[in-house]
Amino acid sequence: MNWVAANLDLIVELTLTHARLSLLPILIGFVIAVPLGAFAWRFRWARGLTLTVVGLLYTIPSLALFVLLPPIIGISFLSELNVTIALSIYAVALMTRSATEALESVDPDVRGAAAAMGYSGWGRFWAVDLPLAGPVLLAGLRVVSVSTVSLVTVGVLVGSRNLGYLFLNGLQRGIVAEIATGIVMTVVIAVVFDLLLALAGRLVMPWTRGADGGRTRRAARRIALTEGPA
Amino acid sequence: MNLFQDALAWLTDPERSAGPNPLVDRIGEHLWYTLLALVVSALIAIPLGYLIGHTGRGRQLAVLGSGAARALPSLGLLTIFTLLVGVGNAQVAAIAVFVILGVPSILAGAYAGVEAVDRTVVDAARAMGMTETQILFRVEAPLGLPLLLGGLRSAALQIIATAVLAAYVGLGGLGIYIQRGISLRTYDEMLGGAILIVLLALAVDALFAIGERVARRAIGSGPTRSRPRPDRPEPLTTDQQSTLEEIR
Repeated sequence: MNWVAANLDLIVELTLTHARLSLLPILIGFVIAVPLGAFAWRFRWARGLTLTVVGLLYTIPSLALFVLLPPIIGISFLSELNVTIALSIYAVALMTRSATEALESVDPDVRGAAAAMGYSGWGRFWAVDLPLAGPVLLAGLRVVSVSTVSLVTVGVLVGSRNLGYLFLNGLQRGIVAEIATGIVMTVVIAVVFDLLLALAGRLVMPWTRGADGGRTRRAARRIALTEGPA
Repeated sequence: MNLFQDALAWLTDPERSAGPNPLVDRIGEHLWYTLLALVVSALIAIPLGYLIGHTGRGRQLAVLGSGAARALPSLGLLTIFTLLVGVGNAQVAAIAVFVILGVPSILAGAYAGVEAVDRTVVDAARAMGMTETQILFRVEAPLGLPLLLGGLRSAALQIIATAVLAAYVGLGGLGIYIQRGISLRTYDEMLGGAILIVLLALAVDALFAIGERVARRAIGSGPTRSRPRPDRPEPLTTDQQSTLEEIR
């Protein structure tokens, strides 16, 4: 505990940087993956290819991606962009699959009813499909958020400054409290992000508060249980 | 792309089989850690997952486990466990961490596989006079096999990725080339190591994908496909939908 008291400034600084580093990949992942997932869901021919590619992408272990990415896209190995882009790739990979599943979880009867009421393809997507897929999209986004916050720590091995610094420094100096602080603060960021996302979900989708459709709830739980990059 | 040519040259250099850090040894280490951790994780997670799936109790545990495995930073666990048990026992620490990160996926797979089995099938088995144990091992476990394999697949990939970090607590494995490459600025070694790691992960992933496919075929359509509801018409196929849209 002495270590914590003596290093409060460092802890606060690293926590804030860590949160900032995590934010961008989560946002980029969501913005790119939803249209990509919708595309894979709408066009059967694109589905297999898209889902296979994103599946292979998150098979790649994070440290290997941090090392391979800079020469491929031509940035400096120690650039902060490296970690941001690599984690955005994971976020897109994870979220695209969730987005496809989210849209699939919409009850076909409801879609049929919307078509019968005169919704066109595009109008139905915005007014019916997307809102009803919302809860499953949110479940996917929460998985992306938690994994990103945790994966940022690996970035310390390629020169990114974040809470992972406490792991390496703590190991070298043999200070358990330092590593423990790093783990605790990483989890704290993940939990805060998760609560914010849950709150945002309630504000944007007030109808999900009470009874939930069985289909969407099952899909959301499946994603919360099984998805995740390494 | 010159860097990648260097990496390939590094990979194929005869030094790789003779030098102080032979590739075969490191690949062997990596696979050995992965296999050992996967087996231990499975021994813990499969019975627990089946129990949760069969009784329907303790689902929260499965969800909590998945969340925790995602939130806990693997590098942090690896370093803190190494410090706690002493650097001399880093191997024990690493295996413990791999198991902690591997259990939740397998647990989720075992549990979800059993839970996804059509309840009418289970009721039919019960009506035929099967005991609960028979139902679990002769109905639920085989039908849930594809999802269990999916869980094992995620766990294996998670363990392979974490084992890359094991080099930083002095354990070798394929991560050692990345670690050395970064500190010595030998980019060919670093990239060569990373390429090997990706190939290893893809190979293991492909193996499990084939396993899942075989299992799905063996049990027919599989438990993941929801059964058609008799009180409602089948959902429209894409063809029917586009026809419908053309008519309008």
